[in-house]
Amino acid sequence: MKTAGALVGAGVLTGIGSTVPSLIPKASAQPAKPSGKALRVGFQVHRTGIGAIYGAWYERTANAAVKLMNETGGIAGRPVELVAEDDGTDPKRGVEVVEKLAQQAKVDFIFGTLFSNVVIAAAPRAGELKIPYLVVSEGYHVASGKLNRYIFQPGITDVRAQVSALAPWIVRNLGKRITMVYPDYAFGYDHRDFFGAAAKRLGGNIAALVPIPLTETSFTKYFPRIPRNTDVVYHVMVGPGVLTFVREMGEHFGARRQKLFGFIDSLEGVDIGSSGLEFLEGSYIWEAFPRYADGYPTRYEAFYRSRVGVNASGASQQDGKNVSAYSHMFGVWETLFVIKEAVEQSGYESPGPKDYRAFIETLERAEWFNEGNWHPQGSKRFVGRLHQAFGRQFVSQVQNKKLKVVFRTKIEDGMYPPEADYTKQPL
Amino acid sequence: MTFGEHLFLGLLEGVVSGLILALTALGLSLVFGVMRIVNVAHGEFFMLGAVVAWYASSLTGSFYAALLVAPVVVGAVALAAERFILRPIEYAPEATIVATIGLLYILQQVVLSVYGPYARPVNAPVYFRVDFPGFGYSGYKLVVAGVAAVLLGALWLLVTRTRLGLYMRATQQDREIAQAFGVPVDRIYGAAFALGAMLAAAAGVLIVPVQQAHYLMGLDALLLSFMAVIIGGVGSLKGTLVAALLIGLVDGVMSVFFSPTLAKVGASLLVAFVLVLRPGGLFGEESP
Repeated sequence: MKTAGALVGAGVLTGIGSTVPSLIPKASAQPAKPSGKALRVGFQVHRTGIGAIYGAWYERTANAAVKLMNETGGIAGRPVELVAEDDGTDPKRGVEVVEKLAQQAKVDFIFGTLFSNVVIAAAPRAGELKIPYLVVSEGYHVASGKLNRYIFQPGITDVRAQVSALAPWIVRNLGKRITMVYPDYAFGYDHRDFFGAAAKRLGGNIAALVPIPLTETSFTKYFPRIPRNTDVVYHVMVGPGVLTFVREMGEHFGARRQKLFGFIDSLEGVDIGSSGLEFLEGSYIWEAFPRYADGYPTRYEAFYRSRVGVNASGASQQDGKNVSAYSHMFGVWETLFVIKEAVEQSGYESPGPKDYRAFIETLERAEWFNEGNWHPQGSKRFVGRLHQAFGRQFVSQVQNKKLKVVFRTKIEDGMYPPEADYTKQPL
Repeated sequence: MTFGEHLFLGLLEGVVSGLILALTALGLSLVFGVMRIVNVAHGEFFMLGAVVAWYASSLTGSFYAALLVAPVVVGAVALAAERFILRPIEYAPEATIVATIGLLYILQQVVLSVYGPYARPVNAPVYFRVDFPGFGYSGYKLVVAGVAAVLLGALWLLVTRTRLGLYMRATQQDREIAQAFGVPVDRIYGAAFALGAMLAAAAGVLIVPVQQAHYLMGLDALLLSFMAVIIGGVGSLKGTLVAALLIGLVDGVMSVFFSPTLAKVGASLLVAFVLVLRPGGLFGEESP
């Protein structure tokens, strides 16, 4: 078996040891028309509420992936049907959506939840109903072990891995005294806890912590808490107020601003060229998947981008003002193809303890998802006991009102010692 | 930043948000006072103002067009709601609350289906940064405060110096006697409801370059407006204005020095205290 380093270095389809069952995408699926009973995939989507901007793009990506699947033979020869249900980005409603999809719609799997507060609320119910629940959330909640054996996050790297991989670059290149501005809920706490710890290990220190409530609409009053002698302002924000957030940050700092390291979450769905964002010029942004097509120009990326209908600047092909959630929505695409791979390799046929066991155990034995049309963001290491995938991260700089990739981490930079082992839990 | 700079920022934030709140809250207060009804959908007029502003400014490319068009459109919607929803139920207090809750959801869901779940920005007509010692501040927010103050002045003139204002005050004092003196009470009701909605819409337009137009933005505006109306004394425009500025300042100053969540708690406590000490509000008619 090749080493992780070799695989990542190659960055392309790589052979995998024959003794370990794995999920390798075929170079090209036989385009046969799918037939038989449809495989129903429940899609819990934030169509409304504060996650709606992500939800719209998650849905668009999911539809594109399912369309591609159905054009290329479906899943195990069966057509795929997406059963979407809005959860209003609301934890309470999220639980009801899981129940509705599992018990009334009788879907085979549920996937797609993003906001970590909704995932944390809904996951226990999926575990009780014993239905696989694959989230695209980034939170550390899956890998922490606090959820259950039915919950997977195979399509996107978790926050702990992201910030562990990025911390050395930030401390080395931007500075040691860091102030963190983050949303005041689970996802923000993952940033606070894991970046804070990683920075301290590297000799950095956290000058101040500035949590901001999730529903805040005015941010000016928070910025005075950033100490003057801070080297770096680390910001990550979500929700409909993100443009206001960055704009007001610019108004507060002006030309005197500290170095900025932001997570693209603060700018997802926002045009970098918007007025008031000029101060971002020269600042650094984490991206999971570069918004601008020249950031990671592979043929798989180009294929994925055109199938979802995104232009070279990361906006909708139909409406250049409609900027995508490019650094998150690839997780939806990749998760759907993980479902496809796991169904085909486990022989899954219908909902029930036996087939679900086969599906879950097959997925837990997976080690790599190889880069290709099905995994355009890049190869991912999958750790079965954590139910979590690990991929590479990008650092981009704002140059001429665009994002330009300047650094890319390695997969192993983000790997941490596992704390959980879901495979020991009963099914 | 020094203590003085912090305080100054807090006061600045407080005055700006207080003036915007005053516009929205005075609309609610007007409807409350003249028509004696609780309009739960008031926040949605604020939201509708922002959303219409987005449409108007993307179609014409001009913020000023939005500032004119949005209140007119929202006023027309309010007039229709008054005519076809409130009048048939004869402004019965309980029925009105239920009806305006319904209106709230209808407006919200229509915007969600037509405009979508997005938070869309409208470019400010003027964009500059004011550099104070210690921090920078949005020049547009200062402009907003100025425009809001002008609109409040215009409202004061309207209520005190015009025939419409006289009719409104007469209707507020005693509907039946006003009617006996020839005040067209039905039309005054329609006018008060539309004017209230237009004030909220104007606040929505002014705020939309600061915080984007989003279909859920009406909720905060509604809650804060209710607080201002209750603290100020139901039906007292002066009271609402004072209360709105007070809430803005308490919230602004407290959220700079303490956590913003604590500031919200502080503002709510303020309501409770005022009501304990003066059950009718600061300027309200003393209830027995």
